[in-house]
Amino acid sequence: MAHAYTPGLRVTQYTVLRRSRRLPMKGLVLARVGETVQREQVVARTELPGNVRTMNIVNRLGIAADELHTFMLKKEGDAVRKGETIAASRPLIKWFKTTVEAEVDGVVESVSAITGQVLLREPPLPVEVLAYVDGNIVEVIADEGVVVETRGAFVQGIFGVGGEAYGPLHVLSDAPGQDLTVEMIDAESTGRIIVGTGLVTHAVIDKARQVGAAGIIGGGMHDSDLRNLLGYDLGVAITGAEDIGLTVIVTEGFGRIAMARRTFDILHACHGRQASLSGATQIRAGVMRPEIIVPDLESAPPVAEKDAAHGEGMSEGDPLRVIRAPYFGHIGKVGRLIAELQKVESGASVRVLEVEFEDGSRAVVPRANVELIEE
Amino acid sequence: MPKLDVVIATDCGSTTTKAILIERQGDIYRQTCRGEAPTTVEAPFEDVTRGVLNAIQEIEELSGRQILDGERIITPAEGNRGVDIYISTSSAGGGLQMMVAGVVGSMTGESAQRCALGAGAIVMDVLAANDGRLPHEKIERIRHLRPDMVLLSGGTDGGTISHVVELAEYIAAADPRPRFGTGFELPVIFAGNRDAQSEVERVLGSKTALHLTENIRPVLERENLGPARHVIHDLFLEHVMAQAPGYRELMAWTGAPIMPTPAAVGQIMQTIARRQGINVLGVDIGGATTDVFSVFTVIGDDGVSAEPVFNRTVSANLGMSYSISNVLAEATMPNVVRWLPVDIDEADLRDRIKNKMIRPTTIPHMLEELQIEHAVAREALRLALVQHRELAVGLKGVQTERTLSDAFEQSGSGDSLIDMMSLDLLVGSGGVLSHAPRRSQTAAMLIDAFQPEGVTQLAVDSIFMMPHLGVLASVDEKAATDVFERDCIVYLGTCVAPVGDGKVKAGEPCLTYELTIDGAAGGGTQGSLGYGALDLIPLAEGVEADLILRPNRGWNVGAGAGQELRTRVRGGVVGLVLDGRGRPLDIPEDLEARRRSLTAWNQALELYGDSGKEA
Repeated sequence: MAHAYTPGLRVTQYTVLRRSRRLPMKGLVLARVGETVQREQVVARTELPGNVRTMNIVNRLGIAADELHTFMLKKEGDAVRKGETIAASRPLIKWFKTTVEAEVDGVVESVSAITGQVLLREPPLPVEVLAYVDGNIVEVIADEGVVVETRGAFVQGIFGVGGEAYGPLHVLSDAPGQDLTVEMIDAESTGRIIVGTGLVTHAVIDKARQVGAAGIIGGGMHDSDLRNLLGYDLGVAITGAEDIGLTVIVTEGFGRIAMARRTFDILHACHGRQASLSGATQIRAGVMRPEIIVPDLESAPPVAEKDAAHGEGMSEGDPLRVIRAPYFGHIGKVGRLIAELQKVESGASVRVLEVEFEDGSRAVVPRANVELIEE
Repeated sequence: MPKLDVVIATDCGSTTTKAILIERQGDIYRQTCRGEAPTTVEAPFEDVTRGVLNAIQEIEELSGRQILDGERIITPAEGNRGVDIYISTSSAGGGLQMMVAGVVGSMTGESAQRCALGAGAIVMDVLAANDGRLPHEKIERIRHLRPDMVLLSGGTDGGTISHVVELAEYIAAADPRPRFGTGFELPVIFAGNRDAQSEVERVLGSKTALHLTENIRPVLERENLGPARHVIHDLFLEHVMAQAPGYRELMAWTGAPIMPTPAAVGQIMQTIARRQGINVLGVDIGGATTDVFSVFTVIGDDGVSAEPVFNRTVSANLGMSYSISNVLAEATMPNVVRWLPVDIDEADLRDRIKNKMIRPTTIPHMLEELQIEHAVAREALRLALVQHRELAVGLKGVQTERTLSDAFEQSGSGDSLIDMMSLDLLVGSGGVLSHAPRRSQTAAMLIDAFQPEGVTQLAVDSIFMMPHLGVLASVDEKAATDVFERDCIVYLGTCVAPVGDGKVKAGEPCLTYELTIDGAAGGGTQGSLGYGALDLIPLAEGVEADLILRPNRGWNVGAGAGQELRTRVRGGVVGLVLDGRGRPLDIPEDLEARRRSLTAWNQALELYGDSGKEA
C-alpha cells in the first residue's frame, strides 16, 4: 500500500478559515475584496429560471396541433397575467367561442405545433447567498460568489442534519459524557445553539425545536432517534437540506458516546459567543463534514497557521479516537506504529498500531479504525 | 499490428488509482507488477495525472523497469525500458452520470436505460411520457439533476413524433446545465424516431449540445444500442473527461480511448463469455454502488441461432460503506439478521451500520463485526441481482406480430434472461468479496446471495484487474484473456445446487454423486447430499474432475427432474461445494433452528473457524 489514509476531524481553538460562498448559477456579487461582512449578510444574488407550466391548448380548443398558431392570441416571448386569455377559438356563432386563460403570471416560452403544448414560464426565483461567517472578503469569484476569511475556533463534527444556522453557544454540560435531558432545555435556549456532551435523543431535539433553538450539538445519537427526527431511514450520508427546524450535529458518532475532551474544552470556552454552524455532511468523494465556527476577529492572527491541507499520516503521540468496536469512541494517542501486518480477531491480516488510552491501558487496533484528532 | 510486449494500464477510481504492468512471456501475457496511489482529481492537486504518475512510479520501483522519462511515458519498449502502450479506465469524480428518456417507460425508456448502463453510466432517472409524473414535475426533476449527458429516445422509426418532441420540450424548458463546466452546454443524444429528428433539433438545437444518432429501437422487435453507445463514449471523452482536471493531458498519453470503468468490466466479461462459449454473471460490490454484469446466450426466433446478450445494471445505492445504511433500509432488518448466527440487539446493529456509513474506511476488528458486514453484503448482492433481473429481459414484441397498442397493453417486460440453471461462471469483485479473510467466506456470500442452480463455477477478481483487462481487450483480446485466466481471477471452486420440490425431510438425500479426480491428484469420492445440508469436498485449484450427479425424483441439477448429469468440474481454493438447501434457499424461520442451521453451514465451509464463532 502506497499510502495509509488516516481520516481526521479538525478540532482547534484558533485557526484561519476560508469558506467559498457560491451561487448555484451565475449572478451578481455584492461584496468587494477587503470588505468586512457579517454572517447573515447577502454577498451574492441571482435569479433561477421560474417554474414552467404546461398547457395543452389543442385539447382544450379541440383543434389540431398544426393549427395552434392561428388560434394563439399571444406569441413566444409575450408576457401574460394569470387569467389573461392566451388562445381562443373562432366559431361562426360567437356564443360557442372557447377561450383558454393563462394559469400563471409569466412569459410564453414556447408554442409547439407538434405537441400542441404551450409552455408558460413563471417569474424568476431569487436566490441569495449569505456570508455564513463573520469575516473579510479575500476573493471575488466573478459572477459566482466570494471567499470569506475568518479566524476563530473550529470544530468538525462527524455527522449532522439541517443546514446553516447561527446563534450564541449555550453549553449545558460541565464535563464530557453528560446526556442532555428534556428538562435542561428551556426558554433560555431560544435562538441559541445548545451544546451537550453525551447522548442527544429525539425527545431532546424536539424540545429544542419547540423552544426555538437554532441548533443542538452532542456527542452521539441513536439511529432510531435520527429516524424519528427525519421521518425516514437515512440511506446515504448526504445531508444539509433537511427541513427540521434546527441544525443537529454529533461530534463522535451513533450510539451513546462522550464528546472528546478537547472538543468539549473548546466549545465550553466559547460559551455565550456567536457561532456559525452547518449540518451538511457528505461522505463520498469531496467529503464534507458538519462544522461549528466561532469567529474571533479581535485576537491577534495566529502565526503561519492556515486552513491548509492536512491528514498526512500519523506519528507516535498524536491524539486519536478509535472509530470501530471494540474500543469505539475511546480517546487516546498513538503508542507505537507496528510495521508488520497482524492478524486481528476477524481473521484479517491488516496494518495495526498500538493505542495508549487516556487511562494508561494499551491495545492493538487496525490503523483503518482510528482517526487523528487534528488541531 | 505494432508489437505488444509490455503494457501499462491504470484505473483511475474515485479514491485510488491502480496501475498494473503486463508483459509477454513467450507466447502468453502475464500481469507482473502492480502499484497504487491516491487519485488526485480533487483539491489540493486537481490533476489526475499526478496520481497516475505516482502509481506508475511504484511499478517502476517494484519492477525495475524504467517507464517514465520525467513526466512522459516512454514508448515503445526497448529491453528493460519503456512500454508499448499505456491504456486507462476512469470512474473518478463519480463516473458517468446520465439521465435517459423514452416515450413508454417499459419500452424505449427501458432500451435507453440498457443503452446507457451498457456504456458504463449511472442512470440517475428514467423519464417517460407515461411515467405518471406531471409535466412540471418532470421539468423540475430534469433541472434538479445535473447529469453529464441526456439520452433521449422514443418512437420507432416512422412512429410517434409528438410524444418524443414533448419530451424534448420538457428538456428544453428545464434548461439543464451539465455537472462540470458552468459555461458549457449539456450534451443531449437523440436516438429516437428518425422522423422526429428535425423537430427535436428545432427544440433542443440552440439550448443544448445536441447529437443525433440512429434510433435505439427502430422497430419494437429489435434494439440497436451500438451507435448510441458509441456516441456516449465519444461524448464521455469530449465533454465529461475533458472537463475533469488533468484528463485532457491523460487522454493524450493513452494509446486507446479511456473507457468508463464499468464499460471496461463489461467488455472483459463479454470477451470471456464469447471466447469460452459460456454464460457469465459478474458482480462488483463497492462502497457506494453494486454493478451486475451478465452475458447469457439467447436462442433466436428460428430456434437455432444463438446470440450472447450482454446486460449491465448498477444499483446506485447498494454498497458496503457509503451506502451500507441504505442496504439495511431496502433489505429490512429481518433479512439482514437472518444471516447472523449470533444474537445482536437490533438498535445496536443499527448504530453500528450507521457508524460504518459515516466512517466508511473502517474495517471489522471483531469476528462479530465481520459477520455483520457479510450479512449485509449478502443482502446488497441479493437486491442488486433482483434489480438486474428486472432489466435484463427480452424485448417486448419478440416472436409476435403486434400493433403498438397491443404492446402498450402489455403489463410487464419480457422474460428475464437470467437463468441461474444455465449459468456457467459467477465472478465476484469488490472489497468485501476480494478481501474476505477466508475465500470460503467469499464463496458463501456469492452462493447465498445469488443462489446458483445446477453446476456453477465460482471465482473472484482478487485485485480488481477487470477494468484494465477490459480496455486491453479492445486492443488485444488474447493478451486480455491470458491475464484474466492466469492472474486476474482466483477460482474458488464449483457449486452444485439441486433445485426441486422433492418432498423430503431435512437430512434425507436429494442427490447422490460420484467424483473422479484427474491425473496425479487422482482418486475420488462418492456419497449423497442431504436436503438442507451444505457439504464441502476438497478439489484443489487447477485440478479438474468428472462428476456424476444423480438427483432424486423431483430434483434437478441441469438435465431435468430426476435426470442424471455427467459433467466436468473445476477445483479452486475452496473446493466443490454441494448445496442441498433448496432454491429458493430455505432458511428456518424459527430462531433456534435458524441458528443451528447457520452454525452447521458455517462449519461445513469452515467460514469462521471450527465453532462457527471463532476465527
